[in-house]
Amino acid sequence: MDSFAAAPEMPLEFASIDDAIEHLKSSHPYAIKLDERDGYDGIIVDADQLLNIARVIRDDLGFDYLSSATAVDYLGEGDHMEMVYHAYRTSGGGALVFKAQTDRENPTIPSLTSVWRGADFQEREAWDLYGIRFSGHPNLKRILMWEGFHGHPMRKDWREAYYEEDQKPFDSRWPGGHVHRSEEKNVFGKNVSYPQDIDLNRLMDSSESAVYESLGLGVDIERVMDKDGFETNELVVNMGPHHPSTHGVFRMVLTVDGETVTSLEPVMGYLHRNHEKIGERNTYLHNIPFTDRLDYISSMGNNHGYVLAVEQLMSLGRRYNPPTYRCEALRVMMVELSRIVNHLWAIGFWLNDIGAFFTPVLYFIQERERILDFFEAVAGSRMMCNYMRFGGLFGDLPERIKSVTNLTNDRVRDYNTMQFLTEMINERIPRTIDELELLLTQNEIVLERSVDVGVLSADDAINFSAAGPLLRGSGVAYDIRRAEPYSIYPELDFDIAVEDEGDMYARYRVRVQELRESVRILRQILPRLEATRGESIWADGKPGAYAPRVPHGEAYGRVENGKGELGYYIVSAGGRGGSANPWRYHVRAPSFINLTPLGHMSKGHKVADVVGILGSIDIVLGETDR
Amino acid sequence: MELNLQELNATEFPVPVELEDNIAITSLSQLYNWGRRNSMWPMLFGLACCAIEMIATASSRFDFSRFGFEVMRATPRQADLMIVSGTVTKKMVVPIVRLYNQMPEPKYVLAMGACASGGGPFKEGYNVVSGMDKYLPVDVYVPGCPPTPQALLYGMIALQRKIDGQSIANGDDVPWYGVGPAEPTPVPVLGPDIIDPRQMDMIRRQAESAADAPLLGSRELPALTQMVAAKVETAAPVAEAAPADVDALNVVLPAGAAPWAEAEDIREKRRLRALARKALRASRRAAQAEGE
Amino acid sequence: MYGTGLAKGLMLTLRHFVESYIDDLRYGFRKYHHSTDNFGIRQGTQTKGVITVQYPDEKVAVPERFRFVPILIVEDDDHPTRAGKDWCTSCGICAKVCPPQCIWIVRGSDPVTGRPVPDPEAFFIDIDICMNCGYCAEYCPFDAIKMDHDYELASYDRTTHHIHDKERLSKPNSYWRSIAPTRAYEEMLVRGTWEHKDAAKEARRGQSSSSAPSPQPAAQPAASTPRTTPAAESAADASASATAAPPAEGATPWSEDDAKREERRRKALERKARRAAKQG
Repeated sequence: MDSFAAAPEMPLEFASIDDAIEHLKSSHPYAIKLDERDGYDGIIVDADQLLNIARVIRDDLGFDYLSSATAVDYLGEGDHMEMVYHAYRTSGGGALVFKAQTDRENPTIPSLTSVWRGADFQEREAWDLYGIRFSGHPNLKRILMWEGFHGHPMRKDWREAYYEEDQKPFDSRWPGGHVHRSEEKNVFGKNVSYPQDIDLNRLMDSSESAVYESLGLGVDIERVMDKDGFETNELVVNMGPHHPSTHGVFRMVLTVDGETVTSLEPVMGYLHRNHEKIGERNTYLHNIPFTDRLDYISSMGNNHGYVLAVEQLMSLGRRYNPPTYRCEALRVMMVELSRIVNHLWAIGFWLNDIGAFFTPVLYFIQERERILDFFEAVAGSRMMCNYMRFGGLFGDLPERIKSVTNLTNDRVRDYNTMQFLTEMINERIPRTIDELELLLTQNEIVLERSVDVGVLSADDAINFSAAGPLLRGSGVAYDIRRAEPYSIYPELDFDIAVEDEGDMYARYRVRVQELRESVRILRQILPRLEATRGESIWADGKPGAYAPRVPHGEAYGRVENGKGELGYYIVSAGGRGGSANPWRYHVRAPSFINLTPLGHMSKGHKVADVVGILGSIDIVLGETDR
Repeated sequence: MELNLQELNATEFPVPVELEDNIAITSLSQLYNWGRRNSMWPMLFGLACCAIEMIATASSRFDFSRFGFEVMRATPRQADLMIVSGTVTKKMVVPIVRLYNQMPEPKYVLAMGACASGGGPFKEGYNVVSGMDKYLPVDVYVPGCPPTPQALLYGMIALQRKIDGQSIANGDDVPWYGVGPAEPTPVPVLGPDIIDPRQMDMIRRQAESAADAPLLGSRELPALTQMVAAKVETAAPVAEAAPADVDALNVVLPAGAAPWAEAEDIREKRRLRALARKALRASRRAAQAEGE
Repeated sequence: MYGTGLAKGLMLTLRHFVESYIDDLRYGFRKYHHSTDNFGIRQGTQTKGVITVQYPDEKVAVPERFRFVPILIVEDDDHPTRAGKDWCTSCGICAKVCPPQCIWIVRGSDPVTGRPVPDPEAFFIDIDICMNCGYCAEYCPFDAIKMDHDYELASYDRTTHHIHDKERLSKPNSYWRSIAPTRAYEEMLVRGTWEHKDAAKEARRGQSSSSAPSPQPAAQPAASTPRTTPAAESAADASASATAAPPAEGATPWSEDDAKREERRRKALERKARRAAKQG
């Protein structure tokens, strides 16, 4: 996979992935076997040896960044549970994929939190949704559902109240599609079902107690408390899920000593809308509009990651045409525009959090409106663009951005698309970025509030699997557009934005730099669009099929989205002809994993800084909770 | 918004033309509605994707302040209107009902988008409530996924129209002027699945009849016993971290007992722990003093 | 000096404040005049910042590709042969491709034979589930389902208003052509005719049956040539509707299809028998 072969004297940290696997096989001959399933990659590790081997992978082989850890339930396909880990090097290159298998009845796997702290939330998620126990995990409890919920819903044999069929399309819709509402069929009239042995006399709502129960774990409260010689009592402050500064329905439970935060526990799942469970029932095509609703600020980026992952799988099959150059250029343009939207939004609301209430937001999202107008004209919707397809796009740019009156008092607009784009990219967006810098970069209040607040060191950032501006603000120059390039990024000229300080201000600087780099990329895209004018966006000139079949195998497609590394892990378990529905559809959400270091960063700061630190991570709840 | 005298004068009493600009004869309802509709403060309360469009509607381009939705308040105590903007999950419906109970009357609910109206594209999901109106009375539904800012503005104007048609004399329109304090909406309980206290009787009847016939709307789990066993086992590490009376936490609530009874217990436990720590600190300090 | 950054930022807000008035002076009252040019400038890239849309008095018309809830296309009332007929053939592709599965279709059947006919008997869309993704319109092979531009749908009661039935969904073809002229034109190019595919086929068939003895296929109607220049658009339209002759009496559109199907079935059986013989 890597271009250079490992010479014998080559240190192991730079060895190619194949050589790394060879090394592992020679050092742990009995614990490792190659994953030889059709279309699969990587190695299967003996669960007993997982911890040791993970240490070797991180320390000796240099795969220091655990990107994704997720579970797969192979019910009926081998009847086992499997944890899949994707580890990368922060110096760049492909993934070392390693897996550990366990039985379905009593699944147990050693926790990797002692090797990568970034595995913390992901293992809790696997416990919550799959019921895999992680021995040695310090705080193994449900993360998305509430404590006390019945069952582990992502298991293939777990069925929800409105369950209809395993796979879409449902037979009840056509040809005899007599309309019904799901709740009419449910005896309780609601989306609920209760276990057969429910005992209402012993009913307990343990969701809240479980949240408070684990507070203070691993926190040295004594040290903070006696620092000033005062005797103070700790106080539990609950922020959210309804709170203006938690960017949605996120919740934090803080323990504070006076104004100082001694521990912080993120509580999430208030927007857990079962994206993955629904995604496994959907066909591949159905999932594209659902990805829009992950990170709903930058839906184009979500589309891109997903189509890349599926195209990766489709390329294993025979009948697959890669997207044309124009298609790639359009994709990159859309993604960069949505990155601009994302960063303007993130900076604006971060300013809200640190006290500049709404003036910056209102200034910055003015520009967002123009970009959204453009999305609406090209893709059909302001936010939920649903623009990309496998091997192509929904449509080419229209000649003119034109509206037609329909309702009373409708006023039409009519612009030349390329002119609109050029003006936006060359004048409006740079002007907004200049204003943003003028307003904020040297602003003393911003500096006082953000410098040296919420510091995350480079080593910690990597160990916590932080991604995006959070990682680059800590001095790690890791940008997937450069580290593992995709689309036409290799031929584009741009720099990785990176700052060394690791505090809130550094993250802000990274975002501003990225805004400028995005404009730089867009300026390179415009002539490419002019040059390819008239070319088709589909390789064979016609749109793709509505029910593509995807060959057997697994794929992990990842892109650098505005919030960080957005990855899609997809398993297709069809027969020879492939399957129309994914067997496993997992989203490695940057907002979710970036929250892992939140408690670490907030400790010792004031309560008022916590919202700022959260804002500087830049989360969106649709993606955090999925 | 300017007071439109002609609108207010629309009663059966004739007003001389020359006095129309000076006096207004109106019914109390109209005056009341006029005041109500033009000072409708929404709660700053975003749930999901629709919240972003709600912010866009509040921002300078669409600016719903023009209609008297003047400013969004973060606290329910100062809000008249709850815009349920996004997917309502079972976990979130508990705080939402609590927030609704905290809003002063008169209060209105606007369900923004497909999810809040009826579950939306995520309706089939196990953690999704199929429509806010399953728990709260909803006044206006705005379809769309997400509704564009203009669609939301249309919905807000529709709410104002609805208020225009209300009459104080009609108890159905304005239930908050009834006799005695209003009953708060019962807060759902997060049990094995979400439990609406209003349905408790039905659930109990179902559970009782389960002995004779399989429970309707029940959930079967193939490996149920293992699951329960697993749950008990994983609770162990937490228990080790806090060795003090964990059992006290698993309070078994008698039927119909308030869920907050449990919270009091936790509070008691935390107090005990704090006392223990205080004692520890005191002893350490004493030891330190001795050392010096 | 401490405070300069802050002062600069405050200058910016002051500039924004002043500029909005300078802009007003520059455009005079034309800025708020409801002409297309003015509105385009106000809501376009040339103006600085954004200007509030005075919503109910002036609405930003949505672009042609805009999608809200779906509608079904029916033939206009003044169509010579197919007035009021659905474009939908109840093939079910929209129901299959719908991600949240909010489309319900009852396929029509012939009251006598019980065979399915290409006509939906009932069609429902639950707009409380619909995610406005536009797949149904994108993948419909007959251009029969489209995304509407009307977003003003708020209601007080969802139980009665939010499941759109066929009556509520149906909009005439001319409506679609008026709200999305460019797209309707592009679709025409792909389809080859302004007419519904079946109507065009029938028209061709009607022609060829009238000149039955001639072995050569009848001349294609002008409208069905795949490339039509915009200038020829109206002419093509006219000729298409002119050639849409009523089908021969007694011949239902599907009876011929059935004969063809029977023929195809017979051939397939023959092929199968031959293959079996070869293997045997």
